[in-house]
Amino acid sequence: MLVQGIKSRPVYTGLDIDPNARRHLFALEGAGVEALLDQVKAVGSDFLKSSDILCVGQLPNVAAEDMWSAPTIPVLLNRLRVNLINAKMGTRLYLSGTEGFIGQTMKVALDQGIDFNSIRTEHRGSTARRVQCVHCKGITESVKTSPFQCSHCGLNLLVRDHYSRRLAAFQGVCIDAEEPGTAPPPVEMFP
Amino acid sequence: MNIKFKQETFRGDFTYRNSPDNIKRFPFPFHEDKYMYAVNMEPHVPAGPKGYAFEHMIDVDEHYVSEMRDRALVLKEDPLRCQALPHMMAAQWDTLELLMEQQAAGYPEHFSLTKNSDQWHWINRPLGIDQKFTFGDPSTLPYEPMEYITRQAQGDFCIVDQRDGNLWMDAGMVTTQADWSLDFDIGMNFMEWHGPVPLAHQMGVFDRALKFLLNLQQGKPVRRLNWTMTINPRLDTSPENYHKWGTDRMTVTPENVGEKVHLRCELQSLWRLPRSNAMLFVIRCYLLKMDELVTVPKWARRFHRVLRDLPTELADYKGLTRFRPTTVEWLSKYDDGAATSSGIFPE
Repeated sequence: MLVQGIKSRPVYTGLDIDPNARRHLFALEGAGVEALLDQVKAVGSDFLKSSDILCVGQLPNVAAEDMWSAPTIPVLLNRLRVNLINAKMGTRLYLSGTEGFIGQTMKVALDQGIDFNSIRTEHRGSTARRVQCVHCKGITESVKTSPFQCSHCGLNLLVRDHYSRRLAAFQGVCIDAEEPGTAPPPVEMFP
Repeated sequence: MNIKFKQETFRGDFTYRNSPDNIKRFPFPFHEDKYMYAVNMEPHVPAGPKGYAFEHMIDVDEHYVSEMRDRALVLKEDPLRCQALPHMMAAQWDTLELLMEQQAAGYPEHFSLTKNSDQWHWINRPLGIDQKFTFGDPSTLPYEPMEYITRQAQGDFCIVDQRDGNLWMDAGMVTTQADWSLDFDIGMNFMEWHGPVPLAHQMGVFDRALKFLLNLQQGKPVRRLNWTMTINPRLDTSPENYHKWGTDRMTVTPENVGEKVHLRCELQSLWRLPRSNAMLFVIRCYLLKMDELVTVPKWARRFHRVLRDLPTELADYKGLTRFRPTTVEWLSKYDDGAATSSGIFPE
C-alpha cells in the first residue's frame, strides 16, 4: 500500500470499466497489466472490442481491438499523446502501473485538456517515487530511499510527502542544508 | 506624508533595519500570550494607530525601493518564481488594476494612475517609472500584467482561480516566501498546497477556511496574520535556495540573538477580483529583529511566552528548533511576568 494521508497525492481508486464509454484507452506498465486482467475477470471481455491498449513491454494476452507495445515509458508517452489528439468524444482513459508511470501519463492527458477526475487509475508494482529536486529542478526516477542523492546536482535530498500532479513528482529537499555533511544514511522507504 | 525610502540589503551584508517609527507600525501577530492555528480572518479595513500597517489596504513602507531591488535579483537568478497558467490572463489584469488603484489611493504623492477608457497612464515615482499602456493588451507592457505590477508592489502575490468548489493556485509572484515553492505548487488546489502543514488539517482549519474564502465578496477583502522566524533579514527564504541559507540557522549565539533573530510576520490579504472571479492572495512579509522587538515592552513579554510555550510540531514545521532555546533564554530577560493587554497593538 502507498502511504495514506498525503493531501497533495492523487487517490488511485481502481480501473473500474466505464460501461457508458464508447472507447476505452488503456496505458499500462509492468504489473499494471494485471489490473486490466482483473477487470476482464470481473466484468467479462466485451469492453476489449472497443479498447486500445498501449503497454510498456510485454502485451497482455487478451484480444483487444488495437494493441501496441512500447519499449520504454517515454516512447509510450509520445504514442499516448497522439492517441489522445485523435480521440473522439466518449473515450475513457485508464492508467495503471507504478506511481511514476501514472503520473507521467496523466500529465500527458492533462496537457490535452482532460480533467484528472475523469481518469481511472490503479497503482500496481513498486512504490518507488519520481522526485523533483526543489533546488536544481532535476527529476530523478525510481527513488527507493530517503534521503537519496540528486542525480543532477548531487545534493542529499529528503523525499517529502508532497506531490505535484503538474510535475508528476514528489518534492526532494536538501536534508543537511543547515549542517552540511550530516545527512543520515539512506533508508529504503519506497520498495 | 512622504515616505523616506531606505537603501538597504536583504542578503550579503544585510543592512536592513527598521527606523523607530517603522517598528511601531509592525503588524505583531499575537493577540494573546499563546499561539495555535486558527481561521483568524477579519475584514481588511483600516485599523490601529495612525500610520499603522493597516492604514492603507496595500501597504507601502520605507523598505519599498530596496525590496523591489531584491525581487529583481531573485527573478534574474530564477525566473520560475513568477509563473501564470494560460487561463489566468483576465485575473492578471484584475491584479494590475487593483494594485495600481490601491497604491495610488494610499500614496498619491508616490503613485498615480490616470484612466482614459482603456488608455492608462501609471506613474511610480519611487522607482522612476512612467508607463502609458492599453489596459487589456499585454503587448503594451514590458512584462505580462501580473509580473509588471508585482515588480512594483511589496509582498508575494498568488492569484487563485475558483472552480469546482475549490481554489486553485494558478499564478503567482513569489520571491519572499517562508519555505514553499510556487514552481512545485502551481496548479494545486487549496487542500493540496496546504498538504505539508501539520495539525491544521485534523483540526478542520482548512475546511473552514476554504468554505469562508469561496464566499469572499468583491469590495470586501479580508486579512489574517501568519508568522515564522528568520535568521538575518533575508527575504528570499525559498526552498529553492535552502541549501544556501540553511546554515544561517546554526549561527545564533546568546550574544547575537538581538541582531540576527527576526520575527517574520505575514500580513495576508485576500481580494475577490471583478472580471475573472479569481482571488488575489497577498502575502506581505515584515521582518523585525529581536533588538527592535524588545523596544516595545508588551511585545517582548508576549513573544517570550508564545515562543516558550509553542507546541513542538509547530516549532519543527516553522524551522525554529535549532535556535528556539537560545532565543527564549534571551527574551526571558525582557519578561518581568507582568500582565499584557489583549490585542496586537503596542501599549
